[in-house]
Amino acid sequence: MKYVDDFRDQSLARRLARALAAEAEQGREYRLMEFCGGHTHAIFRYGVQDLMPANVRFVHGPGCPVCVLPTARIDQAIALTESHGVTLCTYADLMRVPGGDRRSLLKAKAQGADVRMVYSTQDALALARANPGRRVVFFAIGFETTTPPTAVALRQARAEELANFSVFCNHVLTPPALRTILASDAPDAVSIDGILGPSHVSTVIGSRPYEFVPRDFAKPVVIAGFEPLDVMQSALMLVRQLNERRCEVENQYTRAVTPEGNRKAQALMDETFALRESFEWRGLGRLPCSALRIADTYSKLDAERRFPVGLGESREVKGCECPSILRGVKRPTDCKLFGTACTPENPMGSCMVSSEGACAAYWTYGRFRALQATEPGRAA
Amino acid sequence: MGRSERRFPLRLDVQRGAVDMTHGSGGRAMAQLVDELFKRHLDNDLLRQGNDQALFLPPPGRLVISTDGHVISPVFFPGGDIGCLSVHGTINDVAMAGARPLYLAAGFILEEGLPLADLARVVESMARAANAAGVPVVTGDTKVVERGKADGVFVTTTGVGVVPDGVTISGDLARPGDRILVSGSMGDHGVAVMSKRENLGFETEIESDTAALHGLVAAMVEAVPGIHCLRDPTRGGLATTLNELAQQSGVGMEIRESAIPVHPEVVAACELLGLDPLYVANEGKLVAICAPEDAEPLLRAMHSHPLGIGAAIIGEATEDPHQFVQMETGFGGQRIVDWLAGEQLPRIC
Repeated sequence: MKYVDDFRDQSLARRLARALAAEAEQGREYRLMEFCGGHTHAIFRYGVQDLMPANVRFVHGPGCPVCVLPTARIDQAIALTESHGVTLCTYADLMRVPGGDRRSLLKAKAQGADVRMVYSTQDALALARANPGRRVVFFAIGFETTTPPTAVALRQARAEELANFSVFCNHVLTPPALRTILASDAPDAVSIDGILGPSHVSTVIGSRPYEFVPRDFAKPVVIAGFEPLDVMQSALMLVRQLNERRCEVENQYTRAVTPEGNRKAQALMDETFALRESFEWRGLGRLPCSALRIADTYSKLDAERRFPVGLGESREVKGCECPSILRGVKRPTDCKLFGTACTPENPMGSCMVSSEGACAAYWTYGRFRALQATEPGRAA
Repeated sequence: MGRSERRFPLRLDVQRGAVDMTHGSGGRAMAQLVDELFKRHLDNDLLRQGNDQALFLPPPGRLVISTDGHVISPVFFPGGDIGCLSVHGTINDVAMAGARPLYLAAGFILEEGLPLADLARVVESMARAANAAGVPVVTGDTKVVERGKADGVFVTTTGVGVVPDGVTISGDLARPGDRILVSGSMGDHGVAVMSKRENLGFETEIESDTAALHGLVAAMVEAVPGIHCLRDPTRGGLATTLNELAQQSGVGMEIRESAIPVHPEVVAACELLGLDPLYVANEGKLVAICAPEDAEPLLRAMHSHPLGIGAAIIGEATEDPHQFVQMETGFGGQRIVDWLAGEQLPRIC
């Protein structure tokens, strides 16, 4: 497949691996946080770390939209279907995430809630058009990547005067989360040398919004694509910046990202959404100005205003380390529940649900490493 | 069928008619449906006995029996339909014991309102598939449920077959060092069906690979009677089948991604949908495991059969207490190929 295979080429990977091995200085450790779950997934699915020098380590970041959604919002979504009888449209991953009392949308569906799996906002709009008697709510989640499609749906619904459609908005913003992680002065805060910056998010917001990272935190950033060669090349670019004591925002993903980003999408988002004063993130807590709500001019399409449901307390399953894993403080294998009580079939925490979650990636693609590392005669 | 015309003065209106509750009542309407639709197309000596069971003398050898329910949506898909699928699916399950399939039984659950034209298309397709395979449908059953209680038509088929002497094929016989082969490209069926789903609808030239594999199996068994394992990687795809076999045999597996045949169109569709071709269903492919010295002769036998032209050796069984299926990725790294978690695609067969 042209334009895809090109970014998964083994011989190019080996060349990058040689360059990394030559340039990563002995006796020095490079801890690179890949912000996005898309990076994490690529690292594990293609076995990228097998090609990396041992002293260049990936630290998994919080950039998995399903993972950072607090349990209270799942509970709220379930309550929407049960108290208000709405038809809730959601992406597949979200259906399996356990809420505060370990009920998921999938379980609610089995008990009679009208929950539909959709592939896009357009599916939800189509469902609303075809069923004027049903109150259709789209469960919108995600970073800046998935926000413009929701904005388009809001505009379309308003233009069509689609009275039975609304959006339960949970869109969040990337830069505040990055700032929180870098600014953390918690005793267990993770130490990071550089950041592999978001790829798809940056196609929308551009590379400029990350300039605070070198300026305020003296860490280099490389905007990195999601293909395995992108990840390796970006790691090499970070190693070079660190070796040369440079500290700037570089863009590896030039085939899609510009400094300004997608102005049209940004304008659309500005029109349809407004900043929330604060929003809870799983693992990171309540962050100011870190999420979007539906703009007042679109209030008729705001499910939170149309179908008021109280927002309860977020509760984590006892022993679940998702919060620490999302901050990069712990690895999935540090969690006592990992692979015992918590597996993709029976997830306790969100990081085990989404394919972009660090626990799911570890378990699905990489759990042989930890096991074989402990067995005599078998190097990982 | 002059006699049936006398029994039922008005012929069944297959063009415009639809299934109603009387077609499952046990009365005259049901008898007419059975005569003019099922018996007419599936006609054979044993079915003509007209009893609630088919009576036959089993040939010598060990008998195998297998059953499979088919609930695929949509009923008609590129390269096939629920009719031929229900014949192929069960023939393949029987054949994976190295058996020669003999007969099929079919149970139909019809939803009130199903156009008779659709039902006729399904039954004709079953008949064609059964004739081509030489495995007749010798007994059956029809039930009708109210509108909304099913989805058009569900078909359950049961097959019996006989295993030749000297052949013992079972999922628990893989040993470390054994070679793992597949008979052709992976993921065609799942992608073909997905392309016709209402909410997915994309253009692809991929057709389902649905096919009866007993001829291929016979050729393989003739070349290498000592094949250890055979299984058709249907739901859950190659990844799931390899994990099943690894667990059943208590071995690990090591496969090479670059050796696994996958059509570029399937790769492209999976890329678009965020799926992994290794987890996408097949309906006309098999996985074989054999001793290392048998691998080349087996591969040659597969290559010389039309349904095995794309066969390849993709890896080997290993000693591994964790029974992991591991893969060297095309990128050059290493990863697990795990059991499928959750539901990748409901109602694929």
